[in-house]
Amino acid sequence: MWKHLGEQTIRFEAPPTILSAASTVGPKEGKGPLAPYFDVILEDVLWGEDTWEKAETKILKETIQRAISKANLDVEQIQYIFAGDLLNQLTATSFAMRDFKIPFFGLYGACSTMAESMSLGAIMIDGGYADYVIAATSSHYCSAEKQFRYPLQLGVQRPLTASWTVTGSGAVVLSKEGLGPYVTYITTGKVVDLGIKDSMNMGASMAPAAADTIINHLLDTNRTPDYYDLIITGDLGSVGKQLVIEMAGEHDYDLSKNYTDCGVEIFDATSQDTHAGGSGCACAAVTLTGYILKEMEKETFQKVLFIPTGALLSSLSSQQGESVPGIAHAVAIESQLE
Amino acid sequence: MDQAQSKKQLYQKRVEEVSPKSNLLVNCAWAFLVGGLICTFGQIITNIVKNLGYTRDEAAMITSIVLVFIGAFLTGLNLYDRIGKYAGAGSIIPITGFANSIVSPAMEFKKEGYIFGLGAKMFTVAGPVLVYGLLASVIVGLYYYLIH
Repeated sequence: MWKHLGEQTIRFEAPPTILSAASTVGPKEGKGPLAPYFDVILEDVLWGEDTWEKAETKILKETIQRAISKANLDVEQIQYIFAGDLLNQLTATSFAMRDFKIPFFGLYGACSTMAESMSLGAIMIDGGYADYVIAATSSHYCSAEKQFRYPLQLGVQRPLTASWTVTGSGAVVLSKEGLGPYVTYITTGKVVDLGIKDSMNMGASMAPAAADTIINHLLDTNRTPDYYDLIITGDLGSVGKQLVIEMAGEHDYDLSKNYTDCGVEIFDATSQDTHAGGSGCACAAVTLTGYILKEMEKETFQKVLFIPTGALLSSLSSQQGESVPGIAHAVAIESQLE
Repeated sequence: MDQAQSKKQLYQKRVEEVSPKSNLLVNCAWAFLVGGLICTFGQIITNIVKNLGYTRDEAAMITSIVLVFIGAFLTGLNLYDRIGKYAGAGSIIPITGFANSIVSPAMEFKKEGYIFGLGAKMFTVAGPVLVYGLLASVIVGLYYYLIH
């Protein structure tokens, strides 16, 4: 059990390298502050398809393809794909997988999926079961709204705590060999529920899970927040970000300096009218594969703790009066090995 | 268990404090303005139609038809949701909003086919209004019948 640290963390003996990363985003994200970092910015949300669901499948498929070519690999060299999305029965992902003849694990972690896929992919590689693994995820504003909320043309007001699902996809190729950045630790989150029932305030429902995972990661690894150049959660938005800082503060961890949230960074909340910020699987995924990894290449960041967060609700569970449980998984990404 | 319960309550209280609230006054003013404009527009149609020689009942019916058409048309042009963003209840409560609530799911679910998509999903938003509206009118009708 020596690879297992403390309560929830794994330290990789042979940390996998993130060999390549690819990102695709929709037009709205392409007008946001992170626009220069993305590989592909779509001009329209359908991308030549006739449904949003098909468009999401295409976005995921092309992003995975791009990550493979960036790594100078052939599709046949990839041994496993770990991926998932927000749609019922993971159709966006499984339909994309029809065209790859690669063994596939479908994952649902709501918007935390990028960390879930990277964690399992890294375990696969460190365990010696694979040389190259893809970890990917996608989300689409229109298909998510259709499934979880109201028709797009319905003239209702969104509350200020609501977030905006990011259209896009991020994929990474994890490799046994490589010169980094490395996935050094993962801390797998527990489901945490402090009884928030408002499905339009997902930042508040996920913040306790994010804080719990961050605190347990720091305890398990015996690190302090300032060990990292950047600690970044997935899609808590402005409300959830504030709550995480407060909850970590109660445990004497000061996150006020190097902590932010992908949902806060990806949109300009005032000019893009996204209210609390971005959300969706792609929010964390494209921020990682676009912004974070590219900045790591430039050595702006060397040690990053990436914590995608998921709100585990369905459209039925909210109507049945259930609260919204949250989950968050942490992945430590470092340019150098200790 | 009590400790867990109080932790939840404390957290929920803090969430309330941290969450930004929409500006009630501004929202009410917009709703009043846009809702009032829609009603005034309806009254103008009624007056014009009455001047053309139709009875009050006929004029009311024609006004409804015109307003429903405009609501549906603006929804189709992707404009009604933009009005609703500012006007809120001011544009969703009038009959134009009722048209919007039927046309918007119809547009959204057309891809699932005309029967199980458009046909079945068309009333997902407006359905409850129809069900309870009809139920209320039956109750009022029975009451009216019994006291006479």
